[in-house]
Amino acid sequence: MTISIDPQKTKNQSLQPKGWLRYFSFSLDHKVIGIQYLVCGFLFYLIGGTLASAIRIELASPMSDFMPRDVYNQVLTLHGTIMIFLWIVPVVNGAFGNYLIPFYVGARDMAFPRLNAVAFWLIPPSGLMLVASYFVEGAAQAGWTAYPPLSITTPQSGQIIWILSVLLLGGSSIFGGINFIATIIKLRRPGLKLMQLPMYCWAMLGTSLLVVLSTPVLAGTLILLSFDIIANTGFFNPVLGGNVVVYQHLFWFYSHPAVYIMVLPAFGLVSEILPVHARKPLFGYTTMVFSIMGIVVLGLVVWAHHMFTSGTPPWMRLFFTIATAFIAVPTGIKFFNWVATLWGGKISINSAMLFSCGFIINFVFGGITGVALAQVPFDIHVHDTYFVVAHFHYIVYGGTVFIIFSSIYHWFPKVTGKMLNEKLGILHFIITFIGFNLCFAPQHWLGLNGMPRRVAEYDPQFQFVNQISSIGALLMAISTIPFLINVFLSVRKGKDAGDNPWNALTPEWLTSSPPPVENWEGEAPLVEEPYGYGKEISELK
Amino acid sequence: MTTLDSSKETKKNNSEVNETHEDFRMFGLITFLIADGMTFAGFFAAYLTYKAVNPLPDGAIYELELPIPTLNTILLLVSSGTFHKAGKALLKDKNSDSQKWLFFTAFLGIIFLICQLFEYFHLPFGLTDNLFASTFYALTGFHGLHVTLGTLMILIIAWQSRINGGRLTSQNMFPLEAVELYWHFVDGIWVVLFIILYLL
Repeated sequence: MTISIDPQKTKNQSLQPKGWLRYFSFSLDHKVIGIQYLVCGFLFYLIGGTLASAIRIELASPMSDFMPRDVYNQVLTLHGTIMIFLWIVPVVNGAFGNYLIPFYVGARDMAFPRLNAVAFWLIPPSGLMLVASYFVEGAAQAGWTAYPPLSITTPQSGQIIWILSVLLLGGSSIFGGINFIATIIKLRRPGLKLMQLPMYCWAMLGTSLLVVLSTPVLAGTLILLSFDIIANTGFFNPVLGGNVVVYQHLFWFYSHPAVYIMVLPAFGLVSEILPVHARKPLFGYTTMVFSIMGIVVLGLVVWAHHMFTSGTPPWMRLFFTIATAFIAVPTGIKFFNWVATLWGGKISINSAMLFSCGFIINFVFGGITGVALAQVPFDIHVHDTYFVVAHFHYIVYGGTVFIIFSSIYHWFPKVTGKMLNEKLGILHFIITFIGFNLCFAPQHWLGLNGMPRRVAEYDPQFQFVNQISSIGALLMAISTIPFLINVFLSVRKGKDAGDNPWNALTPEWLTSSPPPVENWEGEAPLVEEPYGYGKEISELK
Repeated sequence: MTTLDSSKETKKNNSEVNETHEDFRMFGLITFLIADGMTFAGFFAAYLTYKAVNPLPDGAIYELELPIPTLNTILLLVSSGTFHKAGKALLKDKNSDSQKWLFFTAFLGIIFLICQLFEYFHLPFGLTDNLFASTFYALTGFHGLHVTLGTLMILIIAWQSRINGGRLTSQNMFPLEAVELYWHFVDGIWVVLFIILYLL
């Protein structure tokens, strides 16, 4: 742990513990905190992945023979909550944001280093609490949405632990968001204009705005829900005169933006990775910036498209359908910009590039089903079926998780100073891509044919397709093995990376690998054109 | 905004390079208050929706007596003024005056809380009686929590503005400015709450 030492003594030595110990300390270094977020998130990803495997094993047969029905509900609740609140949100925001944003704005650390450390250290205890709730009698089984009256009528202890843990994680997320906004707006190196920032900064600015504006509403809602559970109030309990639809409105006011909180940073990361490996400037920088901000604004006013079957009045359906369809415009602009960035580029086929291209393919598919789901007649038909499960996983796994892996392959040399093994990386990509599509593509068909989600048993006619899906899940589980082997081998005896193995131009590559404690020896470089590929490097410096 | 004394700050962050940067703590606080305001916005939205679509059971009491909350509104508005006085006094290096004004502000906050409790004990309904009662207690309770925290922070900075050895001086105004902004925010929320809950 950090202790305060007399400043005289520490003039030339770090306050933080050295070596691997610092990753277990209350470190204030943004790079250490970024790694903490990533490793912590990945451990929870393994837990959530194990739970997902359990779900797919159960669904390989139509009856609930692998586990009892209530255990199935607990497992799927825990799977959803862990994957969203402990893997994707902390990693794609916290891990990469903390590591990269100070480099991109030319700062030595985040705006509020202590707040940053606090935000990270809220995560492990609340995550452990959440996992531990499984062993309490009556773990939460109302899904990650915790809709009342289900969450009020199921056993209470687990649900209360679930609420507490999500509240803490929301707090962590808000602190992180405040920090990112302050860093990007206020801590920019003198001379660096907003429109010269790498795209990931814009993505994180938009994401943090969404975090700050919408997460508190979830916190308030969950406080009211816990009153209903503990104190017998009737906010969301129809028996006592309450209104369940109010919960849904408040919940989705956070949780629809939460989808953008999960996917916007991935948009930013892919915009960093593609230009480097295609050796071309990012196509349409300005349109990218405006489409991110457009998504932020529209993302706040589309939440009721999750509630078309909740007795929503026609005018509301009309408004939210149109607003949702509009989101396809900025998203489509971004999609075409990425393709145009690749067009005619000098593309190197490596693991980072493959995962990014996998992202583009999966994401456009998930995006198209998303536009389909926004249409009321279709949505009512497939509501609460596997079609929704497939759409959602195409966005968060096929989209964001692919980009998390792509980013790990891209920035691993910077973080550790060692290269990852390309052959194992490509093997990882192939198994993940095939496994993912095998697992989730058939679920569209299941949903269209009416197989409901979140139920342990199903009509035997769906068995064959479910088994295909389960084989895909098995492949996805296997795909983690080459990745883990790759990381362990490369950290120990990987090829030395050098400072800039990809010849990239964004600021984090213009320092040593791994970077020194204060990011740069001497002054931070001013990168006026982070995507100036195709020009001589001497022209840019 | 003041400029941070760089040498002190960089030693803390263990930097070998001395750099000055703008003080953006206030910016962070404003961002936090926006987030906090969104929590209240969620509560208000829930309350107004209930009022519009959820009829109360027969005989439910939802008309509130106005004298105490009106007094409370006046108390908080006056306390915003006294807090401002404390800041002015500190700026002129009159620490003892500043401390007096701060204690007076905290006193007003405590009176507010006492009045609020008095109202709670004399209301004809309890937390679980009906939807209106539950929302009433949730909203005023959540606001009362903010007032309690604010009062505690005012007492802390009042202690810090003591003449010998206090860290709150005209050179280090940030703690006072931060708590003042928070206090004005809590007052503003109360005014909105008073209008929505008592007057509408």
